[in-house]
Amino acid sequence: MKTAKFDWQARAIQAAFVIMVIALWYYVGRNGLVSPIFLPKLPNVLEKFLGIVQSSAFYGNLGVTLFELVVAVAIASTCGLTIGYLVGRSRYAVVVFEPLLASVFAVPLVVFLPLFILFFGIGIESKIAFGAAYAFFPIALNTIGGISQVDPRFVTVARSMGASERQMFRRVLLPAALPVIVTGLRIGCTIGFLAILGSEMIAGLRGLGSRIVYLAEGMNTAEMFAYIVFVIILALILNVTLSQMQRRFGERRGAA
Amino acid sequence: MTPDAIAVATVSHAYARPDEGVVKTLNAVSLGVRKGELLCLIGPSGCGKSTLLNIIGGLVAPTAGEVRVNGHPVHGPAPREIAYVFQENTLFPWNTIVDNIMVGLEFQGVPATERRERAMDAIEAVGLTDFANNYPHQLSGGMKQRASLARALSLRTDILLMDEPFAALDEQTRTYLGEELSVLLATTNKTIVFVTHSLSEAVFLADRVVVMTARPAEIKATIEVKAAHPREPSFTTSSAFSDLRNELYALLRGEIEKTVGGFVGKAAARDRERRAVAGQPDSVIGSAR
Repeated sequence: MKTAKFDWQARAIQAAFVIMVIALWYYVGRNGLVSPIFLPKLPNVLEKFLGIVQSSAFYGNLGVTLFELVVAVAIASTCGLTIGYLVGRSRYAVVVFEPLLASVFAVPLVVFLPLFILFFGIGIESKIAFGAAYAFFPIALNTIGGISQVDPRFVTVARSMGASERQMFRRVLLPAALPVIVTGLRIGCTIGFLAILGSEMIAGLRGLGSRIVYLAEGMNTAEMFAYIVFVIILALILNVTLSQMQRRFGERRGAA
Repeated sequence: MTPDAIAVATVSHAYARPDEGVVKTLNAVSLGVRKGELLCLIGPSGCGKSTLLNIIGGLVAPTAGEVRVNGHPVHGPAPREIAYVFQENTLFPWNTIVDNIMVGLEFQGVPATERRERAMDAIEAVGLTDFANNYPHQLSGGMKQRASLARALSLRTDILLMDEPFAALDEQTRTYLGEELSVLLATTNKTIVFVTHSLSEAVFLADRVVVMTARPAEIKATIEVKAAHPREPSFTTSSAFSDLRNELYALLRGEIEKTVGGFVGKAAARDRERRAVAGQPDSVIGSAR
């Protein structure tokens, strides 16, 4: 199969790219081309990495960030899916609310972070609220898009066979819109994670983001890089899991 | 005489369009469909055949007039009496073929325990047993329409409405499916209204062909096709077949010209007008300047 071969080639090129970046890092550190304050040596970072993975402080911070993310995404999904469905069902509501939500989403919400901290305090509550606010918009917008763009032929054919309101939702609207909704959830998770890390870095006492800033301020770059490596790994796992979910919906219908 | 299965009484339909004002699609159409017959609606494209079909099926409300099915008036879909086969593929891409049919039975209100068996029976009737667990995108266009037909048959309604079901297929596939349909329907004794724009398809399948005029559509003529079902492929090469086909085309030709604008006639008229304005006689055509 041709596609399988392309797939294999693409994977090989991607792997080569990652290996190249790591090799370059190692080479630069070994030959002292950049001060270790700016870019610590790879072996030092690995050593720190193994160190922090064994420390209890690390798990405390990881737990805080993951808890914030899970709660934020749960809130954003509940609100986003509900509002998205209610708006997406009515063409009039789509015309009114879709541009409104899209323009609020276009505003860099980070300018409101001081307000979130004012309202919710410096602890995890403000991070959850801020992450949820960011994750809400792509989820709501994609749900509106998914529900409102269901092929009207599917609705007609279901109606001709006697589908009730509930059956229409469960058997037609939801499955038809699902790929678009799942994409919204994926984007929501990704930028929710970004928003939480960012708010931790700007004004946080606990969590991976605040830990990174703390280490940077102490010029402890090797350990900071170890944390950054860990955040990258976490983001990769999140992305791969969500992409896999998305692909499963796509494959079945031969689209995507 | 048994009453008609479908009685269309002076049905009109019109809709408003922002740019064109009110568009009249049907003008006081009256029509009876006998129990067990296959009636073809044929007419120029955009004339309102599909609208009439959707009014019979209760998917569109008429602006005036009434449709009765088995004696009672139609107000909205009647899934226990009427099943549809639509023009394009309307199978749900997220369900396998068998699930698609089972969902239809669920909508119709068939108990869960009976759905699978009825779905498999219908799939067998159209010869798709080996593909029951495939997704629609894994099937060819012809197979998809056969699956759509199976979905409609599984509903076990007396009436089947088919809206150009083979229009999106290539000609060979369409001819073949038409032959299959003739065989299949000869045994089911269903009342069928079949919209098509193919003259051969209409003559091959129909007991009666109703010719409609350009918009707003009225009934121009009704032609009987007296040949027993199931019809053999050899029917298409008989002189009776080509006579009927030619008769239909003669009836339709003027209507089609109204729809597409008849550029041959219009261009000639425009030319004459221009020459008249310029003071040139018709005979100047072709002469040296």
